[in-house]
Amino acid sequence: MRWLPVAASDTAARVDLLFYSMVVITGVVALGVFVLMIYFCVHYRAGSGADRANPPPRKKWLELGWTLTPLAIFIGIFVWAAVVYACFYRRGDDAMTIFVVGKQWMWKAEHANGRREIDELHLPLGQPVRIVLSTEDVIHSFYVPAFRIKQDAVPGRYTSIRFTPTREGEYWLHCAEYCGTDHARMGGKVVVMAPTAFAQWLERGSGNASLAAQGFELFRQLGCSGCHVNSTVHAPDLTGVYGRTIHLSDGRTLIADEAYLRDSILLPKRDVVAGYEPIMPSFQGQLDEGQLYALITYLKENR
Amino acid sequence: MATPFVPQAIGIRAPSPNWPGYLGEGYTLRSWLVTHDHKRIAILYMLAITAFFFVGGAAATMMRLELATPQADLVSAETYNKLFTIHGVVMVWFFLIPSIPSVLGNFLVPLMIGAKDMAFPRLNLASWYIYVLGGIFTVAALIAGGVDTGWTFYTPYSTRFSDSNVILVILGVFIVGFSSILTGLNIVVTTHKLRAPGLTWFRLPLFVWANYATSLILLLATPVLAMTLTLVGLERFFGIGIFDPALGGDPLLFQHLFWFYSHPAVYIMVLPAMGVASEIIPCFARRTVFGYHFMAYAIFGIASIGFLVWGHHMFVSGQSMYAGMVFSMLSFMVAIPSAIKVFNWTATLYKGSIYFSAPMLYALGFVGLFTIGGLTGLFLASLALDVHLTDTYFVIAHFHYIMVGGSVMMYLGALHFWWPKISGRMYPEILARIAALTIFFGFNLTFFPQYLLGWLGMPRRYHEYPPELQVLNLFSSAGAAVLAVGYLLPLFYLAWSLFWGKRAPANPWGATGLEWQTASPPPKHNFEQEPVVTQGPYAYDPVR
Ligand code: HEC
Ligand SMILES: [Cu+2]
Ligand SMILES: [Cu+2]
Repeated sequence: MRWLPVAASDTAARVDLLFYSMVVITGVVALGVFVLMIYFCVHYRAGSGADRANPPPRKKWLELGWTLTPLAIFIGIFVWAAVVYACFYRRGDDAMTIFVVGKQWMWKAEHANGRREIDELHLPLGQPVRIVLSTEDVIHSFYVPAFRIKQDAVPGRYTSIRFTPTREGEYWLHCAEYCGTDHARMGGKVVVMAPTAFAQWLERGSGNASLAAQGFELFRQLGCSGCHVNSTVHAPDLTGVYGRTIHLSDGRTLIADEAYLRDSILLPKRDVVAGYEPIMPSFQGQLDEGQLYALITYLKENR
Repeated sequence: MATPFVPQAIGIRAPSPNWPGYLGEGYTLRSWLVTHDHKRIAILYMLAITAFFFVGGAAATMMRLELATPQADLVSAETYNKLFTIHGVVMVWFFLIPSIPSVLGNFLVPLMIGAKDMAFPRLNLASWYIYVLGGIFTVAALIAGGVDTGWTFYTPYSTRFSDSNVILVILGVFIVGFSSILTGLNIVVTTHKLRAPGLTWFRLPLFVWANYATSLILLLATPVLAMTLTLVGLERFFGIGIFDPALGGDPLLFQHLFWFYSHPAVYIMVLPAMGVASEIIPCFARRTVFGYHFMAYAIFGIASIGFLVWGHHMFVSGQSMYAGMVFSMLSFMVAIPSAIKVFNWTATLYKGSIYFSAPMLYALGFVGLFTIGGLTGLFLASLALDVHLTDTYFVIAHFHYIMVGGSVMMYLGALHFWWPKISGRMYPEILARIAALTIFFGFNLTFFPQYLLGWLGMPRRYHEYPPELQVLNLFSSAGAAVLAVGYLLPLFYLAWSLFWGKRAPANPWGATGLEWQTASPPPKHNFEQEPVVTQGPYAYDPVR
């Protein structure tokens, strides 16, 4: 029996500090209210000899006091919680990216070198990790209580969350968003290993080509290269496209990220690059989430 | 000597000569089913929502039984999913939302403002029939095998993946929404048009303020729900792409629309409860409510800011981080008027002369539980904490403290407080106090452990869970059993009192509201002569 959750990530430490501080602050308020209520109930019970002369119908300073004090405290907590929240979504190149897809009712993970696992996720200790999430069907939510992280996997888009494991061991992995019959059984464990052990583990089971290599293969098979590489068709050069500033034909400007690349492949008509004809076909329905992400990984690494 | 538990009666003591008032206007089923009397319609509502309360409660009992062990043994995954769906759908739309407004608001608002009836008596009856029609669709869906989407109907699960009776339930909820809208409309117009001479806005009891604000929310928010459910139906039935990305839609759009209604719906459920507390506490503390104006403004603060916080249900949904920050900030803001109310109720006790009758026990319990529910809401409004806590038992505990510890407690408190007025009979006081304490104890035993479970990371909507969480789950299930007993008690003794209870005087609590100046039960048109109001509400005196 445990009464308090294990903390196994850098985010967990920050969240816990906030949580326990909140317990203290709200605890003091609750206790204050309850003690006063009980005291009044006993002291002013009907028939007691307490002094009841001139009960005040209102007191301006009191009302203002108990409006403005919570206001100040709330703003403080809000800022604190927002700062910690922003850490979950910070982008940095130091993070190791792992692609995780939800599917009724399992989690499939794919590491950059092509190693795959189902309902398990191995992570190296002390290494910042960014989980990129997607789903083949309904909404799921990737939840590891020991890391205090949770992120929905939403059909039709990528979401991501970042953390660093700080404690070796095995922890529960759950699906937190209701997704149908076996929702409660969708999950397994996260295994945090020492970096060397992790490196060995990663090499051991990887019969697959790396994600980027799989992507390159698809890029040829699907005929992307036919238009995009040394072709007579007027199509943009995709070398180094990731992170580039893109000008669209409708005047918008954006920076090419994973979501943009995803849309370019599945919904090419949505964001047409300025100076090009909208002739690129949609590949919706021809790729599963894993292949799509491999393709994107290839584009990201093709500099 | 007056018993130490019941304030001395001031006001009219003897039962009125034409007892049993409006209840004697006809004894046939027909006289009830075609009545235009707001008091009788309130009773029709009361019967209907009580039936649904026990349906929803039975589903919850089954769930708590299943959760007594970490494995699935009592019911299958599929059945469990249907149980929590029906529990949510029934409790939210068929019990909580109509509970105080449609039963007690219906009964009391005209009495409290000195009116003969609601502004639109026929529409009032129609609302009840619409409610029943919605109920029939929902029950039909249950009989046809149930529905497994959760009361939140998240897409694309509800539109493309679930193969249960989604359309039937959506129809049921869609229809019942119109009964809410019409009741809201009726209360708003009644409050504007039918106040007795001298009854200015700032002489209105806070219960009327609360029901008025609630009605505005009903009017403004419920159409959005109707629209959203229609879109879900269109997508599911005709494959029109609105929410499903495979059809070119956006699943987050559904969540925005759904919570745009469902967050204010929380206030639909809790504002009337606050109104009830503001009637009961001054009466049994024999003091005017502390800071009446602040209390009225707080109601409106909550009702209006409540429309701007829906995104706090979506902090991990993939909504933009900056949107999350705005919604978090606004959620803290909406907590301020709630805090003001708690402090004011507490201050109302100061220098009072406090009687611990059953309604007061419920009201004191309400303030305590609402405080805990509200404070834990701050945890969920805090972005970084919500990431861990959302979709876990922490959320379940939080909103049950508000909805059950708050709204249901106060519905029961109100039922006891106004029972003499409604039925013309007194309820058995000792039993009622035992029931109130049982419910308070059972409630905390059921739901407090769920805060710990959520903090430990137990996701909601799970029929199986990690074995190390069993002890806390057992506490919770045991509490549910106590709670079930607590809820059955009033069912029996209130029914008993209808026949054998002591005849009620017009004003058994020595309360100041207009509803206490007429007979118990009131005559068909409420007052023998139109009352004239010369002072504000809650003119209680602790020394007398
Ligand atoms: C018929 C030729 C054609 C094929 C085949 C094609 N594309 Fe394109 N692609 C284009 C054209 C033309 C554009 C620019 C207009 C637009 O944005 O739609 C483009 C734009 C893009 C962009 C956005 C580039 C930028 O600079 O913003 C990406 C990314 C992309 N394609 C990837 C792919 C991938 C991956 C495949 C294979 C799965 C593929 N394309 C297949 C013609 C093609
Ligand atoms: Cu799930
Ligand atoms: Cu909300």
